[in-house]
Amino acid sequence: MSKTIIEVKNLTTAFGKKVVHDKISISVKEGEIYGILGGSGSGKTTLLREIIMLQKFKSGSIRVLGKEIGKMSYNDIMELKKNWSVLFQFGALYSSLNVLENVSIPLIEYTNLPKDVITEIALSKLKMSGLKKEATYLFPSELSGGMKKRAALARALAMDPKILFLDEPTSGLDPVGAENFDRLIKEIATLLKLTVVIVTHDLHTIEHVLDRFCIIYNKKILFEGTLQEAKQYKHYAIREFLKFERQ
Amino acid sequence: MNNLDIIEEDNKKCIIKIYNQLNKKSIYSIYPRIKKIKEKTFSLVKIDCTDLKSLDYAGALLLADLSASFCEKNSSVVVVGMSADFKSIMLFARKNLRQKSEVKEIKENFFISPLIKLGKTILDSIDSFIFFLSFLGESILRLFRTLLTPWKFRYKATAVHIEKSGALALPIVALTSFLVGVVIAYQSAEQLAKFGANIYIVEMVCISMFREIAPLLAAIVIAGRSASSYTAEIGTMKITEEIDAMRSMGFDPIVFLVLPRIFALVIAMPLIVFFADIVGIMGGMIVANSNLGISYTEFIARARDVVELKHVLVGLFKAPFFGLLIATIGCFRGFQVTGSTESIGRYTTISVVNAIFWVIACDALISVILTEIGI
Repeated sequence: MSKTIIEVKNLTTAFGKKVVHDKISISVKEGEIYGILGGSGSGKTTLLREIIMLQKFKSGSIRVLGKEIGKMSYNDIMELKKNWSVLFQFGALYSSLNVLENVSIPLIEYTNLPKDVITEIALSKLKMSGLKKEATYLFPSELSGGMKKRAALARALAMDPKILFLDEPTSGLDPVGAENFDRLIKEIATLLKLTVVIVTHDLHTIEHVLDRFCIIYNKKILFEGTLQEAKQYKHYAIREFLKFERQ
Repeated sequence: MNNLDIIEEDNKKCIIKIYNQLNKKSIYSIYPRIKKIKEKTFSLVKIDCTDLKSLDYAGALLLADLSASFCEKNSSVVVVGMSADFKSIMLFARKNLRQKSEVKEIKENFFISPLIKLGKTILDSIDSFIFFLSFLGESILRLFRTLLTPWKFRYKATAVHIEKSGALALPIVALTSFLVGVVIAYQSAEQLAKFGANIYIVEMVCISMFREIAPLLAAIVIAGRSASSYTAEIGTMKITEEIDAMRSMGFDPIVFLVLPRIFALVIAMPLIVFFADIVGIMGGMIVANSNLGISYTEFIARARDVVELKHVLVGLFKAPFFGLLIATIGCFRGFQVTGSTESIGRYTTISVVNAIFWVIACDALISVILTEIGI
C-alpha cells in the first residue's frame, strides 16, 4: 500500500459562529488523483486553502508530506512550498509578466539553471499544457479564460511538484476543452508521478480522472472512496452528485 | 562529483556518458560542456545512460533537445541503457519539446524604439483626449436628461459620497490647514516684528488664507484622497465587469457612478474650504497671540474691520470648480482602466497627478481673471 501524503484529521473550521467543517478527516495517498467534491458553499475550496496554508482553521490537524501544518519551521515551510503547486480557479497569473515569464519565474527564483534551459523548460511546459505558441509572449490581460488556465497549469508544473492542487480546473472551459484538460491532467499525473488534489464538480472529471474522492455534505465527510464504492451507496446526496448513474 | 563524460572519436563518433543524476540541481555544472558539444557535428552520437540513477523532467528535456539538435544535422543518435521509467519521461519530454526559434519574440530596436514610444505616447494622448471629450459630452447629456427627470437622480448615492469624500476628509483638512496657518503666521511674525507692524499679521493671514491657501490646500488634499479612490473604485468595477453588468441591465454608469460623485464634490468642496478657512485662521491667531502678543479679541476685531467679505467669497467661488475638476478627472481615469490590475495603479497615479495639476492651473486662471476685472 502506498503511503499517505496528505492527512487531515478532525479538522474544524468556523467563520465566526458559522461552522463550515465539523471534525472532518480525509487522507490522500501518494500518486493518486484525489477529488474534493461538494455543493456550492460546502467548503471545498476552504479545505483546499487550509491544506495549502492560505487559511487558518479552528482545530484539528493537517499533515502534508509528513509535516504538520502550523508547527513547521520557516525552512520546512519553504521546502514544502517548493514541493507543491496550485492552479487557482481563474489562473492568478502575474499581470505584469508575460506568459513565458510567468512560467519561468519559479525556476528563476528556486534553481540555478542557465537561462536557456529555463526558457526551454518553460516552453516545453507551455506546449505540454496545450497553449498555442502564438501566446508565448502575450500578457495575461490579452488571454482568454481557457488560455489563462493552460498558462497557469504550465506555471504550476514548472517546478515538477510532488503535489498539484487544482481548484475547479475545468470550470469556464468548453466541453471539448474540459475533456482535453482532464486527459492532460491524467497523462501528466501518470508520467510525472504526481499526486493531484482536485476540487471539482465536473462529472466528466469525476468519472474519468479521479482515483478516489470525498464528498463534503452538511459540514461532514459523507463519503470517501472510489467511484465503484460510491455507486453502492444509497444516500440521496451521493446520487445527486453522481447524476450520470441515472443517465 | 562528475556527472558527465564526453568522448570524441575522430569527428565521426561521440559518446556522451551520463552518471548518477541529471536534474535541476546538476544541470548547472554540466551545461557549458553540453552546449559546446551541441555545436559540433558527428555522424554517430551515442548517449550512454547505463549509470544514470535520477532523471527529472528538466534533465529529460535537456537530453531530448540534445538528440533533436543532432538529428537535425543528420547525425544518428543512439540512447542506450535507459530504464523504462526514464524512457517514458524522455518520450514525454521529446513530445513536448518546443524550440525557442519556433516562437517569435518582438525585439525592440535600440534606435527606433524611443521614436516608436514617442509616437505611441502622442497617439495615446490624442485617443485619451477624444475619449475625454466623449466622456464629458455623455456626462453633460445625462446631466440634462437627469434635470428633466429629477426623480431619477441618485440622491442617496450623492449623500453617501458627500459623507465619504467630504465629511470624512475634514480631520486631515483641518490638520493640514491648521499647520499651514501656523507656519504662515510664524514666518511673517518675525518679519513684521522688525518693522513694528505686528498688527498687519491679521491681513496677512486672513487674506492669504481666504483667497488662496485654504481653497488650494483643501483641493489638493481632496484630489489626493478622492480622485484616487474614484479611479480605483471605477477601475476595479470595470475589471470585474460590474460596469458591463450595469450597462446590460440598462443602468447607465454615468448616472449611477459619475453624476453622484461629481455633485457630491461640487456641493462638499465649498463647505470643506469654509471649514479650512476657519481652522487655518485659528492657527494664525494662536501664533499671533503667543509670538506678537495680539489677543484673540483684538485679532477678530481687526479682521472684521479690514478684511473685506469679497476675499472669503472669492475663495468659496473657486471651490465648486475644483470639486468638478477632481471628480471628473477621477471618474474619467477610472473608465480608462482596461484589462489588468496593473492598469488600475497606473491610472490612479495619472488621475491624482492630473487632478492636482488642473486644480492649480484652474486656480491660476481664476486669480488672473479676478484680478483683471478688479475683484
